[in-house]
Amino acid sequence: MLHIVACIKQVPDTKIIKMNPKTNTMDRASAPAILNPYDAHAVEEAVRLKKRYGGTVSVLTMGPPPAVKAIKKCIEIGADEGYMISDRAFAGADTLATSYALTKAIEKISQIQPVDLIICGKMTIDGDTGQVGPGIARRLDMPPLTSVKKVKEINVEEGYAIVHRKLEDGYEVIQSTMPFLMSVEKEINDVPYSSMTNMLKAARYQPVIWAVADLEDVERTQLGLKGSPTIVSKVWAPTKPSGGEMLEGDAAEQTEKLLNLLLEKKELFAVKGGSDVEH
Amino acid sequence: MSEKFDVIVVGAGPAGISCAYELAKAGVNVLLIERGEYPGSKNVMGGVLYRKMMEDVIPEFWKEAPLERPIVEQRFMMMDKESAVTVGYKGMEWGQEPYNNFTVLRAKFDQWFAGKAVEQGALLVNETVVLECIVENGKVVGVRTDRPDGDLYADVVVLADGVNSLLAKSLGFHKEFRPDEVALATMEIIKLDKKTIEDRFNLEENQGTTIELFGDATKGILGTGFLYTNKDTLSLGVGSLLSGLIKHKIKPYELLEYVKNHPMIRPYIAGGEPVEYLAHMIPEGGYKSMPKVAGNGVLVVGDAAQLVNAIHREGSNLAMKSGQFAAEAVLLAKERDNYSEATLNHYKTRLMSSFVGQDMKKYKDSTHHFDKFPQYFDKYIPMVNKAASQMFTVDGSSKWEKQKKIWRDVGTAGEKFKLARDAYRAWKVMK
Repeated sequence: MLHIVACIKQVPDTKIIKMNPKTNTMDRASAPAILNPYDAHAVEEAVRLKKRYGGTVSVLTMGPPPAVKAIKKCIEIGADEGYMISDRAFAGADTLATSYALTKAIEKISQIQPVDLIICGKMTIDGDTGQVGPGIARRLDMPPLTSVKKVKEINVEEGYAIVHRKLEDGYEVIQSTMPFLMSVEKEINDVPYSSMTNMLKAARYQPVIWAVADLEDVERTQLGLKGSPTIVSKVWAPTKPSGGEMLEGDAAEQTEKLLNLLLEKKELFAVKGGSDVEH
Repeated sequence: MSEKFDVIVVGAGPAGISCAYELAKAGVNVLLIERGEYPGSKNVMGGVLYRKMMEDVIPEFWKEAPLERPIVEQRFMMMDKESAVTVGYKGMEWGQEPYNNFTVLRAKFDQWFAGKAVEQGALLVNETVVLECIVENGKVVGVRTDRPDGDLYADVVVLADGVNSLLAKSLGFHKEFRPDEVALATMEIIKLDKKTIEDRFNLEENQGTTIELFGDATKGILGTGFLYTNKDTLSLGVGSLLSGLIKHKIKPYELLEYVKNHPMIRPYIAGGEPVEYLAHMIPEGGYKSMPKVAGNGVLVVGDAAQLVNAIHREGSNLAMKSGQFAAEAVLLAKERDNYSEATLNHYKTRLMSSFVGQDMKKYKDSTHHFDKFPQYFDKYIPMVNKAASQMFTVDGSSKWEKQKKIWRDVGTAGEKFKLARDAYRAWKVMK
């Protein structure tokens, strides 16, 4: 029986969000809050593994009270329990402080039932760092397996798992001892349309909510803004590239045109400080 | 295993939420199903919320509901191409508690309202489409949703699924609506600085204006336009009967573009940024288009029952009232443990003897009348504009001469007779 914890976050929908042109920060009121899309795949994978090997799926989030909505979304996907840590002391946390707070919560969840596997989404769409997952793994002294696109096998008795990690030019097969933490790519699964049973369960569900005082052995200096050494010196919205050229014709013609174009503009490929491209 | 509820309400708009709220408050196990991402996400109206009927559901709601502005002034603009005759009323009594009515943005308001029903104990499920009613032995016993294991059962199903109610239609309660029974409204929400809005509309903080637009706003096609003030946006829209749009071969958004560029409207919205574009159908067939509203194990409320008073641009208030009456009928049926049409018809009796039914009857011919005789919109409104222009232009001719000219401009004796006849007819359908 596995106990899987999926770490999730409620994020503003960055597909819609507007940037404040004066402060260069995200205008969070301009976009609805959604479950981080990568995290939906993390929860779905947890639910699939539960179906394959039996067990329990818990989800964990840190956030303000409205983030309960994101937990309910996970219950819709099929999670069994939801935990939320919510406290003013957590506000302003960077990835270091976030991974610390989530670790403390996971320790508490472990007391209820030992954790065999932690799953995170690849990254959040508002922060784009992908650091919190590995941060938790380091703090809990678990192997961090990032960019996982497939769970080949979990051997519960012998306590190991085999997963496929996505690489730029293929994939890597890794065997790890348990417990471990993995962060998953979107391609690991498709999140199906939730069943009515799960919808009703989610509509009725109230997660367990912990404040800092409910957690054990917490060093307050490591929480929130105080515990965040990251300094954001500048944020700006990238300018949209314009122009571009469409190459027309059949495959052979297009290839020919592209090749000529690349040769013509080889300076584009010259590495700064390196040697020019030869042909 | 499929779950059974006391009541399933389909659609979280003013009618459905009011019904679910009342039932949950009375301790009934009620499920509210909404197809949008959240209640309000797919709901559209020009934006006037009437205080009285809302207050009947939630007393003193204005203290916490997300409202835009209390309306202190209502104007009516009869527009020609480059002119308008405007009448209106502004009163400070509307600016104080308990207020008269408010502008609202439905995406915010409905979400809040549904939250109140949930607080009372209603169960809300979003993003779920009800495909059909489950009918057994001539009785509606539940709904089939588009979700896996999606059949759900209930003693009563309340259809609050909006204009064009496909569920009521599949039960044979009404036919496909004709183009002269539904209007199509398009609107934009235009962002403007709060202060600019207050300056342009002669308002103080926490005061709002509504302007109803007639005549050239819809290029003389039967319909109306509106311009409402929100906190830091304006709602500008036009709606007209589908039949009119079809006949004049005008696309709804062209009508909206036209009114945005109209010289009577342009200055109000200048410099504003459109932040949302919305479109929705409005049931305007009135009393004669009302479907059957009660059956065995089923009730039909709000827009789904065609409860709109087009002349007075009322709908959400009728919807709320109908939701309340439906809840009342359900409670009665529960008490008798009898969910037959005969018992649930209590809803229809209450509805039709209330102001809802009375107003539906009073204006039963109005839309059809103005649709049949387009001269009100395309001839008489320009005539009024011309008359006003002549009367108020100081050009050295006497007022007596002016009056004679205005009367002459109405046309021949035959046309004068026609005007008198049309005035009488209009009075008759509105009286």
